[in-house]
Amino acid sequence: MASINIKLNQEKLGQLQAICKEFNNDKGELINVLHKAQHLFGYLPAEVQEVIAQELKTSAAHVYGVVTFYSFFTMTPKGEHPISICMGTACYVRGAEKVLDEFKRILNVKVGETTPDGKFSLSCLRCVGACGLAPVVMVGEKVFGRVSPDGVKDIIEEYK
Amino acid sequence: MAKYKMHLLVCGGTGCRASESEAIFQDLKTALLNRGLENEVQVITTGCFGFCEKGPIVKVMPDNTFYTQVTPADVNEIIEEHVIKGRKVNRLLYENPETAEKVEDSKHMGFYRKQLRIALRNCGFIDPENIDEYIGRDGYQALGKCLSELTPEQVIEIMKKSGLRGRGGGGFPAGLKWEITRQSKADQKYVVCNADEGDPGAFMDRSILEGDPHSVIEAMAICGYCIDATKGLVYIRAEYPLAIERLKIAINQAREYGLLGKDILGSGFDFDIELRYGAGAFVCGEETALIHSMEGLRGEPTMKPPFPSVSGYLSKPTNVNNVETFANVPVIINRGPEWFAAIGTEKSRGTKVFALAGKINNVGLIEVPMGITLRDVIFEIGGGIKDGKKFKAVQTGGPSGGCLTHRHLDTPIDYDNLISAGSMMGSGGMIVMDEDDCMVSIAKFYLDFTVEESCGKCSPCRIGNKRLIEILDKICQGKGTMEDLDNLRNLSQVIKDTSLCGLGQTSPNPVLSTMENFYEEYIAHVVDKKCPSGQCKALLQYTIDEENCVGCTACARNCPVNAISGERKGLHIIDQAVCIKCGACIEKCKFNAVFIK
Repeated sequence: MASINIKLNQEKLGQLQAICKEFNNDKGELINVLHKAQHLFGYLPAEVQEVIAQELKTSAAHVYGVVTFYSFFTMTPKGEHPISICMGTACYVRGAEKVLDEFKRILNVKVGETTPDGKFSLSCLRCVGACGLAPVVMVGEKVFGRVSPDGVKDIIEEYK
Repeated sequence: MAKYKMHLLVCGGTGCRASESEAIFQDLKTALLNRGLENEVQVITTGCFGFCEKGPIVKVMPDNTFYTQVTPADVNEIIEEHVIKGRKVNRLLYENPETAEKVEDSKHMGFYRKQLRIALRNCGFIDPENIDEYIGRDGYQALGKCLSELTPEQVIEIMKKSGLRGRGGGGFPAGLKWEITRQSKADQKYVVCNADEGDPGAFMDRSILEGDPHSVIEAMAICGYCIDATKGLVYIRAEYPLAIERLKIAINQAREYGLLGKDILGSGFDFDIELRYGAGAFVCGEETALIHSMEGLRGEPTMKPPFPSVSGYLSKPTNVNNVETFANVPVIINRGPEWFAAIGTEKSRGTKVFALAGKINNVGLIEVPMGITLRDVIFEIGGGIKDGKKFKAVQTGGPSGGCLTHRHLDTPIDYDNLISAGSMMGSGGMIVMDEDDCMVSIAKFYLDFTVEESCGKCSPCRIGNKRLIEILDKICQGKGTMEDLDNLRNLSQVIKDTSLCGLGQTSPNPVLSTMENFYEEYIAHVVDKKCPSGQCKALLQYTIDEENCVGCTACARNCPVNAISGERKGLHIIDQAVCIKCGACIEKCKFNAVFIK
């Protein structure tokens, strides 16, 4: 595996190796390692996956297989303010789709994309469990409840 | 310990926290401190009260006053009026929508009257971050009793007698599962708590972990004692940061108190719990998939048998139960299996927690005895349909369940009745729909979910569901034929019969149940090319009313595709071939002349 060209800088590489070590380089802990790694880098690019594979003594294909299986893991960097629209059933029947359409229209991106300036990324998620506030939108950690298509503009303004 | 004469309970569930309940908590504390009342009145953050519709909730004990939709601006009034002068703040009390009367005591609210809270017994009562409060409500008494007075066999016998069935959806008898795992011989066994609540619209497991984490820890230890396991694992969604946080705190406190770890309560029994995180895959709610995910693999299910009770995590016998199932266990031990078995119906004992959501007045988390009717749940507890609209359907069981109609309103809810009605209990999501919801779109919405979440291992689920959604899409576009309806039905049956795991075997349920109960809507889409609820955009037609149109040209000027023609002060007409159905004309018309048909 020495032939792999690792582009990460030394400091980040060290932090990543430390994460793997924290879980005893046990490949059974792969998902926990990926969670921490994504927290560190914001996403899981190929180089990061290769390092993890080396450290946990498994194949890069296995790591890639796991990363792409779970929707929580992403290989593209998220925007500075990640916007997630809840598409759980409760939000759906209370008009979440119209809210999503409005976000797509204003930001001019599709679901899963990031705006060219890197400010906003748009994604859908399944139920944050705040069904009483449906439809729900999350920007970063903050939850916005009872969002109407008309309210979308104001939410975006808040973060501009 | 300080003796308080009054307690202010602030809801700290995810829903209420999203509407500033943390600020309310802080402000209440500060306000009390400023008045020197901090030793008289205690403020605590509790788990979810369930009445999310009217959150944030602040409850005053001992008089049971239930304040709804509280904001930080209300804090001073609550302190000045209620705490100091003993006068309730009328405007914050819940108003009975029928009589317009204010309800002073939460026991008399329609939302709570028909509920029976066993799994949720402590949610909204105790501070989930303080083990003493759990112990104060008989917490860890059941574990103590099991370890000191009962043999594992006796405990399993109690569980079997209680009739408790798995609350995660399958409904497998919990006691029997424990017994099978006990009988499997191995040097190491595992207790797994399935907290990967992926069903969109269901949030009971999260609320239990956020509001009463110790009940799950205690039950897992009891289960460990019964099956000879020394290790417990909680598989929890990474999307639930608050539940994870509270669970971690609770585990640490239990260790400090010697209720987890080596030689628990001097009995010689060792047990400890670790967390494993999910990463967003619905299929991981299936026990074999969940186990693979915990092993660091892709969460793909495998054939059963062997069942996890025989060969599970790291090929060792593993007992998997979900959060709500575990939450029932300590109460069953404390109060006896007879007490529990007396609640509910013959084949479904006890209570079930439902997440009531959708087009209903009282959205929230409820716990009711099995056997209650949908009518009681929707119209009594749920307070009926929003905005006075007509009830159309209720979807139970999430993406694996089906839609029930007014014909089923008086059916007693239990595992078997729901299945014979073409739906299922599932984890307990209950989404209410009104006359504006298009059932074909709803079926499509659920399939969309299944297609996205299908792990791709077996072809009926991977390919079949994709074909189903293509047919549904065609129907919503107004291009469906009668043959498509036959194909939908046949293909659904094949997917049900041949898929590998529970996800695929149940994924066509939303299609089949809507076809069964709302066939006329499918016909309307296919034959008349109309969507009766006006949801399917492609089937809508924007028209201008001759009488109301004054010829102001506003619609024509705002139409982005120039589909509207007409002279000033003359009737305007929409060219249907060009119209993209954006709705700009309706928005701009001041004379209500544009309408959809």
